[in-house]
Amino acid sequence: MKAPATPFSTDSSVFLRLQEIVGPENVLSAPEDLIPYGFDGTAALKKKALCVVLPRTAESVAELVKLASQESIPLVTRGSGTGLSGGSVPVEGGIVLCLVHLNRILEVDPANLTLLCETGVITKAIDDAALPHGLFYPPDPGSMKISTIGGNVANNSGGLRGLKYGVTRDYVMGMEVVLPSGETAWLGSKCVKDVAGYSMKDLFIGSEGTLGVITKVLLKLVPRPKARRTLLASFDSMEAAARTVSRIIEEKIIPCTLEFLDRKTCASVEDFARVGLPTHAAAVVLMETDGHASVVEEEASAMAVIARENGAISVEAATDEAHAVRLATARRSAFSALARIRPTTILEDVTVPRNRLVEIVAFVEEVAARHRLEMATFGHFGDGNVHPTILTDETDHEEMERVELALSEIFDKTIALGGTITGEHGVGLAKKPFLPRQFDDASYKLMKQVKRALDPEGILNPGKIFDLDEAE
Amino acid sequence: MGEVKSNRHLRHMGDLDYSVVQQCMHCGMCLPSCPTYLETLQERNSPRGRIALMRAIADGDLEVTKEFGEEMYYCLGCLACTTACPAGVDYPQLFEKARAEIEDSGVISSPERRFWRWLTLRQLFAKPRLLRAVGRMLRLYQASGVSALVRRSGLLRILPEHLRNLEPSTPVVRRHFSDQLIRGIERPDKQQYRVGMLTGCVQDLVFSEINRDTVEVLLENGCEVVTPRRQGCCGSLHAHNGDLAQAAVQARRMMDQFDLDSLDAIITNAAGCGSHLKHFSTLLKDDDLYRERAIQWDFKVRDISEWLVSIVFRRPAEIAGEAPGRTVTYHEACHLCHGQGISLQPREILRAIPDLKLVELANSTHCCGSAGVYNITQPEQAAKLQEEKIACIVRTGASVVATANPGCHLQIQNGLKGQGEVKHPASLLAEAYRAERKREGGT
Repeated sequence: MKAPATPFSTDSSVFLRLQEIVGPENVLSAPEDLIPYGFDGTAALKKKALCVVLPRTAESVAELVKLASQESIPLVTRGSGTGLSGGSVPVEGGIVLCLVHLNRILEVDPANLTLLCETGVITKAIDDAALPHGLFYPPDPGSMKISTIGGNVANNSGGLRGLKYGVTRDYVMGMEVVLPSGETAWLGSKCVKDVAGYSMKDLFIGSEGTLGVITKVLLKLVPRPKARRTLLASFDSMEAAARTVSRIIEEKIIPCTLEFLDRKTCASVEDFARVGLPTHAAAVVLMETDGHASVVEEEASAMAVIARENGAISVEAATDEAHAVRLATARRSAFSALARIRPTTILEDVTVPRNRLVEIVAFVEEVAARHRLEMATFGHFGDGNVHPTILTDETDHEEMERVELALSEIFDKTIALGGTITGEHGVGLAKKPFLPRQFDDASYKLMKQVKRALDPEGILNPGKIFDLDEAE
Repeated sequence: MGEVKSNRHLRHMGDLDYSVVQQCMHCGMCLPSCPTYLETLQERNSPRGRIALMRAIADGDLEVTKEFGEEMYYCLGCLACTTACPAGVDYPQLFEKARAEIEDSGVISSPERRFWRWLTLRQLFAKPRLLRAVGRMLRLYQASGVSALVRRSGLLRILPEHLRNLEPSTPVVRRHFSDQLIRGIERPDKQQYRVGMLTGCVQDLVFSEINRDTVEVLLENGCEVVTPRRQGCCGSLHAHNGDLAQAAVQARRMMDQFDLDSLDAIITNAAGCGSHLKHFSTLLKDDDLYRERAIQWDFKVRDISEWLVSIVFRRPAEIAGEAPGRTVTYHEACHLCHGQGISLQPREILRAIPDLKLVELANSTHCCGSAGVYNITQPEQAAKLQEEKIACIVRTGASVVATANPGCHLQIQNGLKGQGEVKHPASLLAEAYRAERKREGGT
């Protein structure tokens, strides 16, 4: 990244150009405006931008990117700022490009089962728009009521239904993306089959705003399941719960959700949501199957049997649809609800092949005890995706050192088990130092080469995922 | 922004336990619940944005500025974020301390503002006798026909525009105040409980009949009702508007009027008051004389619907062979559902009334824009919320809107423009008991 052509300040001509492009009311630069844009959903990552720009059209996004590129000013794109890796934390003195006003759903196409929208649309609004057509948009990250689809695509977000329905990537058929040069490219199509050239859209999914600015997305929808059954099984050990999940999958049952919460998580969530979660069991597994009524019945009873065989203390069914929704909603609040316990909440999202689940869960417990840390664990067990959550206090330096050690050990173990250090939150700033451990061959260099090829000026979200240094 | 790096000069936010601000882990779950964020989609207008500013002030990274002051007065204080917050951030406390800090710092002070604050917070709502005297004058003005004359004469043009626009929506002051409608002690036929009755200030002036209805409902359910004569404002108005010192004075005065040990509960029927009344112990935590009593007090304050459901109130007898004649919908006052977590109880009361059919209101927990004095200080945003609320009400087709807070009551009444009536759930229940007596008397 080379130095800006002219020093970027609120008095500079570049700043005036920004105001011309989007209108002065859409460029924020007062400290009272910048401080609230200084962070995302992670605990301790904070930076202050020079300004926040809120464009109202995709065309003005292209102009903004072009200007930033010409002037070599770092640009960090964001939506609602609910990310969990520091990926949308500003670059000090740079521009924050906030896309929440690009929030129009442009088309629902029931004949092709697609939906076209701008990237500031709230994730839940997409499923709400699909509903009247009998269609369904499955990815449901915990923050779906406020996260934007742009943020989901840029981080390839997961959710509670990943096991059966996959993640955001599995639903992106096309996108409009503004390249660092300011040019606009349309990638993908409405065609179910399309092998014309490289699958460029896939490069941008999960690129965390480092390669381009996605302004529109074309999403795949699926038929809405007709029936749904939700079960809640409680266990007196985490291992029994993990074993149950592994057994269900071995029995070739793929329910849409197999969520796990430990005792601490259950207690916090129950304290907030009051949905009747057992707070004394060592572990609870929330199981949901959806689809045709008869299949759903069959799968639900089979799962209940497996749970009991593997030591479940109790297996209860949700009383009705509303109760099932309340349970899932409560589960989505787990991360935030855990913040009740200690001042600082550090959430991880290591993921292992499903057959290694029992090992990683046991390891996490052991690490927490050894480093005398308060830890809660929950996660998408069906996906092998675990959220060990350290409850700590960022102002206690001695404890924070133990936190660092524990995290480092968890990452190493995860990699040794053939897992990944991040299943759905992305690398951003939080996982950046650990990424080289996971990529010890040419793949790490390859990523940097891609970044250099697409963004030679290094203006888009610089310093996220990895650092580009001149030597390489 | 200068290097500040010390918050010891902060009188209110300085003594905030830092962990209260730190509790916010900025996950963003509050954003979709916040009326001002949804209006502007700007982070500073959101709960986590405001908390971030408070934290910056606590960290010494930001001074208490005019912009911060204006931001905290753009916040409705509706507390929808408190319900939405999984992390359990104590936003009500943060909100009150921040406003108090802003008032102390004088960043948004002006001679006009100081005058209105002095007149309302330190005079009218600090002195019950004065408030009632002004109430009587207002009553005379409205009942004598002078108000119509003044409106025709154009005299109102001398007032600033925002006040002039408010004149037609000024609440109609009742002929009798609560102490004329309720005796000091009223006894039921068969006594099971003894409760204190809070008559409020605005409620006392413009909805004294709701107070009477509340007492009747209590009597009907075996409660002896003790109603001190000159109660005045509980201080919620002061606390929500940055005058914590006067709020503490009002709280002590209020507690002095009740013999707590002899009472099973202290009943309030105004949501805004109730949500404040239940936190006297926080307000008076440094007051050695009152601290213990305040804890006991908080424990005994009950919203009328909360109390009735907890003592299993008597359901009026069904009317044989008759379907409900009227439909009612329920608007949840912010300070009842978000401030006190009371949501099911008022509905249970409404469902118990034989000639009423309850239809749910879309977005029933969304703020109506009244928000204390918000409709006076931020008329534009308040009007938008009022419009949305009225549209939802009209869609239900209900002829009665039930709500349990005087501010919401007036705001919705003004918005409905005669398209339906607004009632307190306690009044509807009192009416049902009266109708029942009449039926029994008739047979």
